Amino acid sequence: MMPARTPFIVRLGRSFDARSWQMAGLFAACALIAVPFMHLALPPDHPLHLSTYFITLTGKILCYAIVAVAMDLIWGYGGILSLGHGLFFALGGYAFGMYLMRQIGRDGSYQSDLPDFMVFLDWQELPWFWAGSDSFLWVALLVLVVPALIAFVFGYFAFRSRIKGVYFSIITQALTYAAMLLFFRNETGFGGNNGFTDFKRILGYPITAPETRVVLFALSALALIGTLLLARYLVTSKFGRVLTAIRDAESRVMFIGYHPLWYKLFVWTLSAMLCAIAGALYVPQVGIINPSEMSVANSIEIAIWVAVGGRGTLIGPVLGAFLVNLAKSWFTVSFPEYWLFFLGTLFIVATLYLPQGVVGLWLRLRRREPPPAAAATEAKGARA
Amino acid sequence: MNAVAVAHTPNPDHPDNPDWDSGTAELGHLLRPGQLDLSHKVILYLEDITVSFDGFRALDKLSLTIDAGELRCIIGPNGAGKTTMMDVITGKTRPDEGTVFFGQTIDLTRLGEPEIAHIGIGRKFQKPTIFENHTVFENLELAMKTDKRVWRSLCALLDPAAGDRIAETLQLIRLAAHADRLAGLLSHGQKQWLEIGMLLMQEPKLLLLDEPVAGMTDEETERTGELFLSLAGKHSLVVVEHDMAFVKQLGGKVSVLHEGSLLAEGSLEEVQADQRVIEVYLGR
Amino acid sequence: MRKFGLLLCGWLLGAWGAHAAIDPELLKPLASDDSAVRIDAIAALAQASPEEALPVLKALAEDALAVAGGRMLRVEDGRVFDAASNSELRPPPAGLETIGINNRVRRELSAALAALRLFSAERPVRWQAAQEVTLSADAKMLPLLDKALAAESDPEIRNRLQLAQAQASLGSSDAAVRHAAVRTLGESSDPRVRQLLIPFTEKRGEVWVEADSAVRAAAGTSIRSIEQRLAWADHLGRAFSGLSLGSILLLAALGLAITYGVMGVINMAHGELLMVGAYSAWAMQSVFRAYLPGALDWYLLAAIPVGFLAAALVGVVMERLVIRHLYGRPLETLLATWGISLFLMQVARTLFGAQNVEVANPVWMAGGIEVLPNLMLPWNRIIIVAFSIAVLVAMWAILNLTRLGMFVRAVTQNRPMAGCVGVPTGRIDTLAFGLGAGIAGLGGVALSQIANVGPDMGQGYIVDSFMVVVLGGVGQLAGAVWAALGLGVFTKFLEGWTGAVVAKIVVLVFIIIFIQKRPQGLFALKGRFVEA
Repeated sequence: MMPARTPFIVRLGRSFDARSWQMAGLFAACALIAVPFMHLALPPDHPLHLSTYFITLTGKILCYAIVAVAMDLIWGYGGILSLGHGLFFALGGYAFGMYLMRQIGRDGSYQSDLPDFMVFLDWQELPWFWAGSDSFLWVALLVLVVPALIAFVFGYFAFRSRIKGVYFSIITQALTYAAMLLFFRNETGFGGNNGFTDFKRILGYPITAPETRVVLFALSALALIGTLLLARYLVTSKFGRVLTAIRDAESRVMFIGYHPLWYKLFVWTLSAMLCAIAGALYVPQVGIINPSEMSVANSIEIAIWVAVGGRGTLIGPVLGAFLVNLAKSWFTVSFPEYWLFFLGTLFIVATLYLPQGVVGLWLRLRRREPPPAAAATEAKGARA
Repeated sequence: MNAVAVAHTPNPDHPDNPDWDSGTAELGHLLRPGQLDLSHKVILYLEDITVSFDGFRALDKLSLTIDAGELRCIIGPNGAGKTTMMDVITGKTRPDEGTVFFGQTIDLTRLGEPEIAHIGIGRKFQKPTIFENHTVFENLELAMKTDKRVWRSLCALLDPAAGDRIAETLQLIRLAAHADRLAGLLSHGQKQWLEIGMLLMQEPKLLLLDEPVAGMTDEETERTGELFLSLAGKHSLVVVEHDMAFVKQLGGKVSVLHEGSLLAEGSLEEVQADQRVIEVYLGR
Repeated sequence: MRKFGLLLCGWLLGAWGAHAAIDPELLKPLASDDSAVRIDAIAALAQASPEEALPVLKALAEDALAVAGGRMLRVEDGRVFDAASNSELRPPPAGLETIGINNRVRRELSAALAALRLFSAERPVRWQAAQEVTLSADAKMLPLLDKALAAESDPEIRNRLQLAQAQASLGSSDAAVRHAAVRTLGESSDPRVRQLLIPFTEKRGEVWVEADSAVRAAAGTSIRSIEQRLAWADHLGRAFSGLSLGSILLLAALGLAITYGVMGVINMAHGELLMVGAYSAWAMQSVFRAYLPGALDWYLLAAIPVGFLAAALVGVVMERLVIRHLYGRPLETLLATWGISLFLMQVARTLFGAQNVEVANPVWMAGGIEVLPNLMLPWNRIIIVAFSIAVLVAMWAILNLTRLGMFVRAVTQNRPMAGCVGVPTGRIDTLAFGLGAGIAGLGGVALSQIANVGPDMGQGYIVDSFMVVVLGGVGQLAGAVWAALGLGVFTKFLEGWTGAVVAKIVVLVFIIIFIQKRPQGLFALKGRFVEA
């Protein structure tokens, strides 16, 4: 049976309805035109002026939103809860951070060609894996390839051994933890505890200039839109249906002739790559990357963005990432001691009372009826 | 009661359409690797299969052959090894000893579940296993015989011929009116039918059906029986069942399993008259 | 009683004897300006009359020896004694000139003092002295050592003294004496003795430090035998620290073996239950300090039940409020319990502050057993190993011998059926979870003795505990035990040649690979129930 030859772009178009396209367009216009204008063109005392703080914070959360969508693909649709997505995010960040470190050039405190931490360790030359890190293109390739390769190899063995459910969660957690310990060592060659920081420029432009910030912000917004389009295409395609079928009844999928291994592996690797892209966009905006990004807590927090927003929907994770992170920045400024109370409660409330997240809540309120088979999905998804 | 009248007819030009009368064993023939070879008119050989779990022998030197186009019923008390036998055939459990051949050439013990499904063995579970969060239509679409690799799924679009096939099957399993409902909302009997429909979409040569009429009304059971009878000949069917009335309706050869091996084989009447079978069922 | 009387007599006699005079001529050179002269004087004095010399040399070491009018005087608590006759001078003479000593003299002096203590009546003092002497013995001390050896009856101390004698003979000009000494030293298992022998096998420039080839060969043999013994001790030490780490892992993981292994609940707040136990120990310490300072050393015993109950209570509340509603949804349980863990951490921070609190070892846990000169087994580690065994046994007994244990096992195997035959499954879940949590609390009490107690302490154990349970195989107590010990010993041996961090990484990677090969863990349940 030959698949019909409809151009990809047409099919991509069809995977969204008109309203969704309008929303995406509106969002893109905001991010690419309105925000840059309000930040750059309006004087600082103008009521509509957007501060640097706003741009940085929102840009950061846009990156988180990409991670959340990536997490949702694997968890919400694939039923696989990864506690290792912080690793891929950080790997993307580190890979791009290498480029940013090289861009510092001789402006570091030791005025050496080598990054400061290497001078500090008394290294004479760059380690082999830093080769080519001064080339933007090579590093961009690394950002994609390294996390993808690690995800692929790890996923291949894990899925082939049919490790699923919490077992998978726990070993991804162990993987991230091991990686964190590795990156904490100075000898690993990624700056140890302090990681990479004090970046000066990117592609020759000063990294803290308002224009650079706005461009990075816009790129993050574009990346999020791209991620959403891709994810939407995936979940509405037959691939998406097979994926959710694997989540709900893996053995049935096998007995009708699909190899769950390759389906899981595809979405797992893709998810890791999306995380890595988000990490690469994140680092120049916040100006630092260190091993604590790989901590167990960070990876679990990603899951809560998705859970709060609503699993198995695409807008949910984006919403969740924004809600939780805005709350975090508000709390850590106003009531730092209450943030963990809030976050802890959020975890509990979201799992006990919001199985479909705020999106599910909103839908339920609008329809005034429970979503069909929601409970069944829950139980199945968890067991898978 | 005319479910059989609309029974779907496989496309005669389809390359996989089994041609039961081409047995040319005496003359010798070319071996086509990976293709089902029915030259001896036998579709499944189980020879001396032994499976044990922690010392417990679920299957003990079980030998069984299923002819091409046959409708075979397997009965036996609980723990006789019926489900384990199906696990062995579909690749879920590897036998400790013994061989399983599909046709003359395909060694099933070397293949994984998806491969076995792909070469034409369909399996229905004891508990209906369908995709509850997909619509009935999508369930059938997923099961349909096609290229099931990732890349194909990524850019697969439903062509009109496939749509027709799904519509045909929907008619056959009497779920046409429910095509867009979530499968999880169907009644138990309807779920059983949907699973059978999914099996048919796979176009298997051999169907393994584990208690297909459990939880069905009498009327549904009878219709299921008619459906199976219409399928026999074109497909080979192995039905595990406890419902003797249903077994009687199907009328084929019956194999009795007990403690992991074959106890008796023959028509239902012969088997029911067998002294050992009576003992096993009535207790010592 | 009679023995005591005899001892007392001996002591009085000794004290009397101390009043016997020392020849003042022997004391004179102590005030000399020439260090060499003074060193010789110290040796001569020590040999001539060990008992009498002790107070004088002690005074010299404490800068309490003075000269006034050509007489040696000893100052003690503001009173002045004549050093030779040991009689008090009243009134104290004027113009005391304290004798200062340089480091070289001081070194010799402390060696001589140690040697003198060899004649003490108390065994521990002699033992201590014998150990000190072994390290600094030289030819000048030989006569003294011979004397001490002749008087010594304790075999352990004799052994030590013989080593010291051998060491003192190393500098002898007679090759035969050196040879004998080198061979005797080969029986030591002190790394410092090995250092002493090494020059005997080395060349300085083109010349052998040791001229006699037989001595050289004997030194080589001795070094090898010491090294062998050292390696042994090293391995034993590693095995013990592995065992100790294993027992800690086991304590941390045993609670999980119930909640995760038996009940299938992923409890990410397990580390915080450890923390609750550890803070209980700290709280009991504070309570004892405030109300029962006399019994402060025994606060730990009180902390055991308190830690258990506190953690069990937290566990029961967790189960009732949250986990109960999530049975059968492990991924959600994981997230919710993570939330609880964050919550508990913040509670600890709010109540006790963000800094680590100080939990002191009771006196009876300080120190250790010296098995070999370079192998010390600290008491706190030994006690924790014993404690973890006790907890393990108790847990096994609860699960296998009590009604609660039977119910827990019944619910684990077949929940609906257990419910049908009248097992109150809901209450059993709560109790079992409470039990698991309480055991975590016990683990926390133990951890408080060897690790930092702070709000974040639980986070460090959660990955390790899960690794133990996963590696051991879910639902398997025996698996958890082997996995904990195996991981402990493996980690410690690995640390020996890779360093701690790399060892940890290697272990984690090893587990990840292992789980791929054996997804069911070390002790897998096989059969038709596995997939269900």
